[in-house]
Amino acid sequence: MKFTLFHLMPYADLDLDAAKDYPTSWLQTPNTFYDPEKGAALYDRYLTELERGEELGFDGIAVNEHHSTAYGIMPSPIVTASALARRTKNVTIAILGSALPLRGHPLTLAEEHAMIDNITKGRLITGFVRGIGAEYHVWGVNPVFSHERFHEAHDLIIQAWTEPGITSWHGKHYNHEYVNIWPRPYQKPHPPIWIPSQGSRETIEWAAHPKRKYVYLQTFSPTKSVQKYLKMYRDQCEQYGYTCSDKQLGWAVPIYVAETDEIARKEAKVHYENFRNRFLKMPIEMLLPPGYSSIESMKGVAATKAQIVGDVTLELCIELGMFICGSPETVRQTLEHHWKTMRFEHLLSMLQFGTLPSDLTNKSMDLFAKEVMPKLRSVAASTPALAAE
Amino acid sequence: MAVLAKDMIEIAGCKTCIRRGGSGPTLLYLHGAGGSSNVVGFAESLTDKFEVIVPDHPGFGESDLPAWLDNIHDAAYFYLDLLKQLNLRDVHIVGSSLGGWIALEIAVRSTNRIKSLVLSGAAGLNSKDTRRGDIFMWEPPQRIRNMIVDQTLAEKILSVKPTEEQAAIAVKNEFATARLAWEPRFYDPNLHKWLHRIDVPTQIVWGDNDKVFPLPFGEALHRHIPGSTLTVIPKCGHLPHVEQPDRYKAIINSFIDSTASKGAAA
Repeated sequence: MKFTLFHLMPYADLDLDAAKDYPTSWLQTPNTFYDPEKGAALYDRYLTELERGEELGFDGIAVNEHHSTAYGIMPSPIVTASALARRTKNVTIAILGSALPLRGHPLTLAEEHAMIDNITKGRLITGFVRGIGAEYHVWGVNPVFSHERFHEAHDLIIQAWTEPGITSWHGKHYNHEYVNIWPRPYQKPHPPIWIPSQGSRETIEWAAHPKRKYVYLQTFSPTKSVQKYLKMYRDQCEQYGYTCSDKQLGWAVPIYVAETDEIARKEAKVHYENFRNRFLKMPIEMLLPPGYSSIESMKGVAATKAQIVGDVTLELCIELGMFICGSPETVRQTLEHHWKTMRFEHLLSMLQFGTLPSDLTNKSMDLFAKEVMPKLRSVAASTPALAAE
Repeated sequence: MAVLAKDMIEIAGCKTCIRRGGSGPTLLYLHGAGGSSNVVGFAESLTDKFEVIVPDHPGFGESDLPAWLDNIHDAAYFYLDLLKQLNLRDVHIVGSSLGGWIALEIAVRSTNRIKSLVLSGAAGLNSKDTRRGDIFMWEPPQRIRNMIVDQTLAEKILSVKPTEEQAAIAVKNEFATARLAWEPRFYDPNLHKWLHRIDVPTQIVWGDNDKVFPLPFGEALHRHIPGSTLTVIPKCGHLPHVEQPDRYKAIINSFIDSTASKGAAA
């Protein structure tokens, strides 16, 4: 089992009272609410938390990409991954993920990832995402072409990384007379590619393909969904004629650890609910712009709108398994139970969320690293694998 | 007043739904982002004087989504194909909103088969000074309330629950609108350069309280299209054919009457 410390870097100092007149923190809350003094302090704090991840024994640290929002002030994970590249020695650094369709020139991503891979001598994990619906309002890229752009950009980047010499690319969305990126990636054939997803059959079909075997990460979903989609991935591998390795599966989930269950819930409640109801929340028009998802999948949306974009409580999310919150023993038991059921290799824990302040974040990180991780590692080590790699 | 009969015709490889009825000079009505359902009633009221044709644009309504439909230019060429294939001549093209933008793109390419243009709340131009209303950000009830000035009428429209089939078509139309108009948002950055090519009589109609493309957008079209006329309808939002159909019809009729003896615009 491998542990990755994942960060969203929210603008935790948002004046929630003043901002409540705006329907969402995505795009519609003006950047006049961003105070550079506070922001600079947050970047320092968050980068330090990620660097501490190495000291605490995490196998990897992970960064993320979102634009024009207090939800995450990390519009460029390239910048944060670069900041971490020289300050860490052994952890993998995962970019989860670069939003391919948002870039005018995907080759710039190929270059940037290759640079970080070289600078870290092969510690980079590349993640590719489409970007969530809101990014298409923010960036103006047409959501109708989101899938097309994602796949063409991916194919172009893979060609740039793996076909040596001077090639060319003439596609529907991108055109290059010359493809010849310097540097080439450090890892062979290229950095491992991880695909974070909220659950999509098409994504699974594509990621599990024998040509790719990309690591599939189910993110921020109820555990029933995590189970469903990880199983779907395993089944898809069988359909392709091979047995899925545990190494191809991962689960990303926010976690909070404190001395007792009661203390954990009490300390996390307002910050987790801020995360969900003030930072993450957005209207359905932003979450699912036309063309982002299939017409078929839009049909059920109007009916379930309240569930998709309504407010949540800490209690509900704990019950659904979207948030793991409790004493070290409770957290360990919960994770062990899910691991035994689903046998994912990668656990991505998000230990800072919403307005969770530095002292509570670090306490939780320490408890997780010292009381939970080692026990889970030894359970995983002593449990026979479902299948050989 | 005649009911428009529905027919499916293949044009440029796209099975296209075409509603047609009435007799007289040909009037081609190009619907807006909401699809043909909110223009059919008004189009039928024009059948007393015209042979009215109301297609569903490729990708919309009951027409197929063809593989070649990527942008507004594809829609314009499709309509040039349609005009040729149906052998239509001296056509009066009336376009609403997105349909008005398509009409502009057709006309700058060729007015060969066109007799006159009516542009109602048309998309197509950008403005550095005036912001568009962003319909993609408005939830559906808010769209109706923002597009119609008379809120009693808006609530009346909202009180009618769509059927499952209508709801499905609405999603399809939303996707097709995004395909053509998401980015750049409801405009073609090159169109303004060539509006001087429009050499047929052009009537621009605008609601005084259009929140989607405020009046300055209509005024800009008027400045760019030689010899065009701009008529502003008071107490009217983005949908004259819904909110002020009598006034709108009168403007269309009197304008088209005036083109009877005209050739190209002066």
